[in-house]
Amino acid sequence: MTEKPVISTPAEPCAGCPAYAQLEQMGIKMDGFERVVALAGNPNTGKSTLFNSLTGLKQHVGNWPGKTVTRAEGGYKFNGVRYKLVDLPGTYSLLSASQDEEVARDFLLFGNPDATIVVTDATALERNLNLVLQVMEITDRVIVAVNLMDEARRKGLEVDTRSLSRDLGVPAIPITARTGEGLSLLLQTVADVIEGRILTKPLRVNGTPEFQKAIEQLVPMIEEFVPGIPNARWVAIRLLDGDARVRQVLESGKLSELIASQRREEKAYSARMAVEGRL
Amino acid sequence: MQAKDIIEKAEVLRAGLSTGFRDEMVKSLYREAEIIARRAVRRAGDKKYDLDQRIDRIVTSPLTGLPIMLALLGIVIWLTVSGANIVSDASATVLFWIGDQGKAFFEFLRLPWWITGFIWDGVYRGLAWVVSVMFPPMAIFFPAFTILEDLGYLPRVAFNLDWLYRKSGAHGKQALTMAMGFGCNAAGVISTRVIDSPRERLIAILTNNFVPCNGRFPTLIMLATVFVAAGFSGFTASVIAAAAVVGVVLIGVGFTFLMSYLLSRTVLKGEASAFTLELPPYRRPNIRRILYTSLIDRTLFVLWRAMQTAAPAGALIWVLANIPYHNTSLAQAIAQWLNPFGYLLGLDGVILLAYIIAIPANEIVVPTMMMVYTNAGMMISTPETGEAIRSLLVGGHGWTLLTAINLMLFSLLHNPCATTILTIYKETKSLRWAAMSVVITLGTAFLVTFLTASLARLLGLV
Repeated sequence: MTEKPVISTPAEPCAGCPAYAQLEQMGIKMDGFERVVALAGNPNTGKSTLFNSLTGLKQHVGNWPGKTVTRAEGGYKFNGVRYKLVDLPGTYSLLSASQDEEVARDFLLFGNPDATIVVTDATALERNLNLVLQVMEITDRVIVAVNLMDEARRKGLEVDTRSLSRDLGVPAIPITARTGEGLSLLLQTVADVIEGRILTKPLRVNGTPEFQKAIEQLVPMIEEFVPGIPNARWVAIRLLDGDARVRQVLESGKLSELIASQRREEKAYSARMAVEGRL
Repeated sequence: MQAKDIIEKAEVLRAGLSTGFRDEMVKSLYREAEIIARRAVRRAGDKKYDLDQRIDRIVTSPLTGLPIMLALLGIVIWLTVSGANIVSDASATVLFWIGDQGKAFFEFLRLPWWITGFIWDGVYRGLAWVVSVMFPPMAIFFPAFTILEDLGYLPRVAFNLDWLYRKSGAHGKQALTMAMGFGCNAAGVISTRVIDSPRERLIAILTNNFVPCNGRFPTLIMLATVFVAAGFSGFTASVIAAAAVVGVVLIGVGFTFLMSYLLSRTVLKGEASAFTLELPPYRRPNIRRILYTSLIDRTLFVLWRAMQTAAPAGALIWVLANIPYHNTSLAQAIAQWLNPFGYLLGLDGVILLAYIIAIPANEIVVPTMMMVYTNAGMMISTPETGEAIRSLLVGGHGWTLLTAINLMLFSLLHNPCATTILTIYKETKSLRWAAMSVVITLGTAFLVTFLTASLARLLGLV
């Protein structure tokens, strides 16, 4: 690979390193944050490792799928802007059943993050892209972090992130969260996407024209019923799909409740996580 | 606009769509992913890395998988036992010497006897016991366990044990949550969130406590070292002690299966559901991070928690031991009153009293018990080495091998600590299930110790 490590290890900032002039790990200090960034991805792709590198927190990381079962929150400052980073449990798809996967789905849907980093495993890109495509159904502001580049290199795999960006319509950044490689570029890209300096055009698998028309009819109705809903399109798709759970949430009026609860800060909880580090 | 209108409209639109439209969409999603991935990923040269697969073929084979697992468990526990042995005696000596100096200093200041006693014989001694018994094994076990976790070995354990869980009517991922329980049962209970089916998740929650957490390991290790391996020395002793601990752990795992089986055929009826489990690549553990998480986060956290309970427990014992009651102390009177019941279980009244006092964190049963023995005037000096503890308990208090073994079984099987019970309540949102977790475990503990005690007496072994 031609990519040079931009950051050494986040634990030991090198004085001359420009990235460190920009990145400040904020730990659990999240007051007055200006932007919310979500970390999504398949299980065991290194979301928590990336979370720790950026926030300086010591969220437990394990080499097994399912280690993170709740969302953890932390803060970092990049170029003077404060970001809140939300680490979500890993999920293979957004049509999920188990409780930890629901945590991830609900936040992406109703937490309305300013940007979502989908962390993917460079050694198993195809399977990981399924989730990327599903996340892009929900939100435009997606950045794909192609993690575990070191492992891919060891396995003799070359990942062309430029081709990936072009095909997906969103930026794809090669990183190795464990060593810090590529992190400053990732953070710069996240900032650029949020501020609109990079315009994403996510690839959408649209389906048939009649399906499109059906969605277009439902979306305004849902938006009228739940003002400020961030993902009317997704709710419409799920309704057309006959999803009993989404239907029930809509009927019982819990949808607005869900949106409100996702926006609430989970600071107390995060502080406890950081102190206890039990999970 | 009402929810009803939206749903009605959706139903109408849905009926107008050709069937299987969504399947088509999902299929095209997967097709798209495949095309994009193929364009972006290139295999350079013919560097074939199937080392992982070759290792997996060995560690997950039906033939060698289980023996390797057992061997790894044995090695980790042996390292803990033999390492802890060296540190424990030394730290006990130092800590109790400090206690003696402190007491002498207070006496030199001519402070009232009850202040000196309360602080140095009560609170301080409680803390010293907990630190010297618990810290050394934890400081060795946690890093060793975290290395295995970081390597990626845990999913292989789940893979190996899956058939056993399926036979018990439980979820294969219960192996993962059980492994988490070795660190802390409360964490184990939280980790059951990875199990989709509510039925199987409840089984995993209710049986998690049968694996000894790190708070209880030190008790097992101390008893195994001091009693089971008594009469042996050096390497042989540490191997025998480790084998005894492994045996107890296996009994615990056995009870997990048994209880899962019973639950899934009675109150939690159902079939085991299928699941896919990814075997992640083996990764080189990051030693610095392991030391940080296992020593700072886990060891000090657990130790701090134990100390918070040990200090008031020590104080309470000192008070009980110094309140006179019919020619003896209150502590002794309660212990005597509990004695018949303790005898039935192959234990004694002091152990039960210690167990009751230590309920908030029952991993401190042994330190509490030692404090009751010492403070109730039943022990004149503070025993510092394992050998001294043994001779005092056997000689002075009629302990037998049965007492030690039953105490090990009791601490393996008894109810979850207060934190874990609270976690079970939070996770299940049901008082009933939280209560069930106590009833099941405590019932099992009473039954098993009663049976072993009766059997040993029947056979004339004691």
